[in-house]
Amino acid sequence: MTRSANVVIVGAGPAGVRAAETLVEAGVRPIVLDENARWGGQIYRQPPAAAGFRRGPRALYGFEARKAAAVHAAMARLLPHLEYRPNTLVWACDTHEGRTDSTNQASPARDAPRSGIAGRLATLSGTREQDVPFTHLIIASGATDRVLPMPGWTLPGVYTLGAAQTALKSQGCAIGRRVVFAGTGPLLYLVAYQYAKAGAKVLAVLDTSATAKQAAALGALAAQPSVLAKGLYYVAWLQAHGIRIERGVTLEGVLGEGHVQGIAWRSSGAPANADAPPHTLECDAIGYGFGLRPETQLADVAGCRFGYDTLNRCWLPERDEAGRTSIRGIYIAGDGAGIAGADAAEQSGRLAALAVLDDLSGPDFAPSAKRTATRVETAASTRRALQRIATFRSGLDAAFPAPFERAAAWPDAMTVCRCEEVDAGTLRQCIRSGAATEINRLKALTRVGMGRCQGRMCGEAALALLADETKLTPSLLGRLRAQAPIKPIPLAAALCDEAVAEVPEDARDE
Amino acid sequence: MSHCEGQLVRLAESDRAAVPFTLNGAPSLALEGDTVLTAILTQRHALRVSDFSGEPRAGFCLIGACQDCWVRTEEGQRLRACSTLIEAGMRLVTGTSNNGRQP
Repeated sequence: MTRSANVVIVGAGPAGVRAAETLVEAGVRPIVLDENARWGGQIYRQPPAAAGFRRGPRALYGFEARKAAAVHAAMARLLPHLEYRPNTLVWACDTHEGRTDSTNQASPARDAPRSGIAGRLATLSGTREQDVPFTHLIIASGATDRVLPMPGWTLPGVYTLGAAQTALKSQGCAIGRRVVFAGTGPLLYLVAYQYAKAGAKVLAVLDTSATAKQAAALGALAAQPSVLAKGLYYVAWLQAHGIRIERGVTLEGVLGEGHVQGIAWRSSGAPANADAPPHTLECDAIGYGFGLRPETQLADVAGCRFGYDTLNRCWLPERDEAGRTSIRGIYIAGDGAGIAGADAAEQSGRLAALAVLDDLSGPDFAPSAKRTATRVETAASTRRALQRIATFRSGLDAAFPAPFERAAAWPDAMTVCRCEEVDAGTLRQCIRSGAATEINRLKALTRVGMGRCQGRMCGEAALALLADETKLTPSLLGRLRAQAPIKPIPLAAALCDEAVAEVPEDARDE
Repeated sequence: MSHCEGQLVRLAESDRAAVPFTLNGAPSLALEGDTVLTAILTQRHALRVSDFSGEPRAGFCLIGACQDCWVRTEEGQRLRACSTLIEAGMRLVTGTSNNGRQP
């Protein structure tokens, strides 16, 4: 007898949509939980519906218009065949194979083993709290900008590169009137191009990666010739339009009182301690970032086993080729499993769904099934495509390395943690006192990474500083643990009990 | 730079319907489909002040990850400005910290 499957997908970006499509094609009706109001994820984010936004895919997504439209259309076709819940935050995941220290009352243990329920998600939609049990869960939670601090980075007018892009794509706005883009990575040139093309005044692109590194990586980048060609096109277009591009720069900081008034940097090859003043440029907005980092909190609170990944320079949930994590019934796909981009996300979403289907026909769900080639094994072209993208990805990291080594030069007074306003000096003092040689201890003692963003914006910086002070490799310094709720929610929702009195607003979310 | 000018600049699709709301007690206009963040930052430079230093903040990631863009309503309700759409009649207040203190 085949047990009924309760397949849940978290995320409706390229990975989540293709996973849903693959499941629907096989006759499974998944639930798709999306924190956004409309499907597409961040890269193919759609402007708010029925509000009079009229720009077409070509204006919104440029060269990616065809892919964006295809993902959007695929999801639109799937809507009658699945349960789509937009504006839904998944804030916790409880599994019986996961950590046992969870205090969440929604214990899956009471369901197991008869129902095949592997775990439960706690979700919040508006003020509506709902438990979502699953037999199979595909986490397609995507990524956020990888940011490192610089002096002045908390000033109004400093945004991530992704934020700059989101403002343009979904609101038709630029982050300022005279914009400088800084940091490194392919998004740096893409966003600068999109802004200039949309009529924004782009004053300069300041890349912390040197030309030589980008040239040396061309071999690996050629594994995705069309993607490389697009990247080179953006650079050439910016140059042709007279937009200043500086490579190999060291960012000194943001200038301004109350809001951004300029940016300071040093040129490639200039000694860091030179008495000569740095270059400055007046501007009123800065978009900056150093690539992307995977959003892994949900897999973490579910109790998935993590390993340190040297390519991504962060801890990632362990997974097999098809996205199976260490916990039976939980799969990961897309950038949340390791940054590989939207094309890879579509492929890995399909593959994770095939793994779910394989496991559904396995002995637990269909005891009489004969062993034949699995769906994952048969999907050779998908696996080959992912291989090519992985080669390209290694090239990107060589071409645009995030300057973690700058941690040594961060001024003591510079804010590292935006939420709790913990500065670099406080962290150094704690580390030098010998009180913290591991990241969670540093968090406990200084509150770095303990604020509302849970270290999404500062965790990597804190780790870089700890690595610099201890001279140990980041993999030996521990992993900043995620906690439920993985994003702030009203405390009343966590109690899941209508009889509980309303909690005063000021007491919430801590 | 004048504070009336705002941090964000509209480049496209500014012919959407107007949505009246109140900003720091004064009548104000946004456009349909604006987030609360867009509605405020097209007119001002900050959404709130930080909890500890009291410095102004105006959001950072715009995708609901950094939690930098919380603003208050006059009733004291807190909204994540980047992911909340403006609604007619909203009464929003900038210049308060997350825990409601005035700087």
